[in-house]
Amino acid sequence: MLSRDADSLYWLSRYVERAENTARILDVAYRMASMPISYNGIDSNEWESALITAGGVEQFKTAYGDVTPERVIDFLAFSEANSSSIQCCFDTARQNARSVRGALTSEMWEAINSAWLDLRRFKTQTMRVEDLPRFLNLVKEASLRYDGSALRTMLRNDAYWFSRLGLYIERADNTARVLDVKYHVLLPQDAEVGGGIDYYQWAAILRSVSALVSYQWVYHQNLRPWLVADLLILREEMPRSLAACYAALSRHLDDIAHRYGTSGIAQRQARAAHARLANRTIEDIFQHGLHEFLQDFIAENNRLGFAITNQYLC
Amino acid sequence: MNGCDGRGRDAYRVLRDWLGSVPPQLLEHRREEAELFFRKVGITFSVYGNAEAEERLIPFDIIPRILSGREWSHLARGLEQRVKALNLFLKDIYGARDILRAGIVPPELVFRNPYYRPQMNGLSLRNGVYVQVAGIDVVRVDDQDFYVLEDNLRTPSGVSYMLENREVMMRLFPDLMAMQRIRPIENYVDELLGTLKSVAPEASSTVPTVVLLTPGSLNSAYYEHSFLADRMGVELVEGRDLFVRDEVVYMRTTEGPKRVDVIYSRIDDDFLDPLVFRPDSALGVPGLIAAYRAGNVAIANAPGTGVADDKAIYSYVPEIIRFYMGEEPILKNVPTWRCREKEALAYVIDHLHELVVKQVNGSGGYGMIVGPHATEEAREQFRHLVRANPDNYIAQPTLALSTSPVFTESGLAPRHVDLRPFVLTGRDGVRLVPGGLTRVALTPGSLVVNSSQGGGTKDTWVLSE
Repeated sequence: MLSRDADSLYWLSRYVERAENTARILDVAYRMASMPISYNGIDSNEWESALITAGGVEQFKTAYGDVTPERVIDFLAFSEANSSSIQCCFDTARQNARSVRGALTSEMWEAINSAWLDLRRFKTQTMRVEDLPRFLNLVKEASLRYDGSALRTMLRNDAYWFSRLGLYIERADNTARVLDVKYHVLLPQDAEVGGGIDYYQWAAILRSVSALVSYQWVYHQNLRPWLVADLLILREEMPRSLAACYAALSRHLDDIAHRYGTSGIAQRQARAAHARLANRTIEDIFQHGLHEFLQDFIAENNRLGFAITNQYLC
Repeated sequence: MNGCDGRGRDAYRVLRDWLGSVPPQLLEHRREEAELFFRKVGITFSVYGNAEAEERLIPFDIIPRILSGREWSHLARGLEQRVKALNLFLKDIYGARDILRAGIVPPELVFRNPYYRPQMNGLSLRNGVYVQVAGIDVVRVDDQDFYVLEDNLRTPSGVSYMLENREVMMRLFPDLMAMQRIRPIENYVDELLGTLKSVAPEASSTVPTVVLLTPGSLNSAYYEHSFLADRMGVELVEGRDLFVRDEVVYMRTTEGPKRVDVIYSRIDDDFLDPLVFRPDSALGVPGLIAAYRAGNVAIANAPGTGVADDKAIYSYVPEIIRFYMGEEPILKNVPTWRCREKEALAYVIDHLHELVVKQVNGSGGYGMIVGPHATEEAREQFRHLVRANPDNYIAQPTLALSTSPVFTESGLAPRHVDLRPFVLTGRDGVRLVPGGLTRVALTPGSLVVNSSQGGGTKDTWVLSE
């Protein structure tokens, strides 16, 4: 297929995933912030954490100044100046979709187009902070519709695989950031456990990736910070984990290589990263340092994105 | 719907009976469904120069415009004759120039035409087809004849609306459509692809690689480009997806470069190749014309066809038909005054209040004035424009264009319509699907049907008999 079309599909998926991830981040911030101070810990600022996870703190501070809920919502959900705001994500996604419309099924196009039309109707002036959950639900549903229609209606060919690559690169990046922002409460087994305050932080992390109940199914015990990290980094059965993302990335890159009859750097990189994750334990990671591990991972994930772009998309 | 003398056209008999038999809310309900369909599917159209209305729907009127089989046959023969003659004309002026030496057409109309491309001189095209896709705008002014209003030989658009309108009508009015034998048009895309493949260069592989070249998603007709590429199963490319190496055109794919044999270009000539035409064009492909002249790629429509569709040449088309075909034109031209001629200029200035005056190279309904509908001030301004540059203007009488009923808030009302059939010409001859795009002026009494100025469209039914 045309390189530019593959590029559009890749980024279309990335932006839809990014919009959904940002919506989840905002959702957690909203829930946490509406809890009593004693639950969160005096030093915590959930809205600031949301900013850090989603990225763009410097840009925010320049444009808005101090952190307030309304401003963070505006910046992350609607700001036209923030290219990763939910609004901009959908604008860009739709532009990409429009330029590669022939490769999308009509269900996929309609999912993006109607989501974009729905989201345009929300404007901060008329939206109160209490309306936020409804808006975020709309975003999550839009993303589900798009993803679902892709899964259910796309032919399993290179167009499909390139759009999945975009989704997983973005998802891996997001999970790593969510963990990294809270790494200071994700303590290893032998450290002193933070106690009741941190419990809500761990729960928040899991909620932001819809994993609160899944945790129970995997570990059958109360929340333990090192197990939260284990679930989201190493467990392939958890769809948003780094391991699951890399299992998918490696598989789809192999599908492409098989279809085209030739393999390259992207395939090797993905396979190596997947193998590394498969062979590690959470104890290893804590020994290395969780924060360092996550930072390295984010950088490697970016490098894989570049490798895919160089090999196929330009 | 009712002919000029009040006699109801036979072709509308079934529709009229049906309209009489259905409850009034039904039409309003169906109109809403139509709008929902268009909006959901994203068939929008962007209007240049209107910052807010980035994307609008082209209004669709649910009442079909109906032609009898007999009316269509006559029209089809006329269209085929006209397009054949225009292709011969193009071959001649870029070749032997017999018609110029015979004094039929003034040479300066050709050589000083901004769309004349010297790069096409002496280039012998396979089977002499320059215009593979023509959109000929016709109108009816009385019961009998179709008049050609305008030829569009460069990048005529609207066929996607023709096809989508039919699809909507089939969804909305299956009952009504089942009551008559309406000739299908869905094969247009097949015919288009067949036409394009038929003009592939000799060196192409057995199945030639066809692409559709678009200026991109910001172009007002982009929806149609993607629609056609999708239906034909060909890649929709922009200039930046192509490159030329050793005078062969390739496209950039995820598997590496792939050779291109036929380009269906929806880009204006000026932007095709920065090495040959406008050097500031970012939409084209450097080296494309070199590859074209080397015979390694076909471009449809060929560069330089604009010289045959400007409004000054239009007035000579009847003579052009006689010269090449040795036949009388089947379709009439609208009487045209060429302001470049002294007597015509004087007449036009004096009678501007009765005439439609157009720029020779205008399009989209811009750069023209409808005398009877304009204020005296606007007319005076226009007189200045014409006197300042008479070569640039032609004038035609206002035509009592036929009307077709449209569905308005207050019921059915007449509005002026035109028709744009699409004429395909390949190596094996001319292909036509019955009908075309009917454009309708939505403002009461207005004669301007262009979508860029608020016009709408209808489905066009050609009956089997």
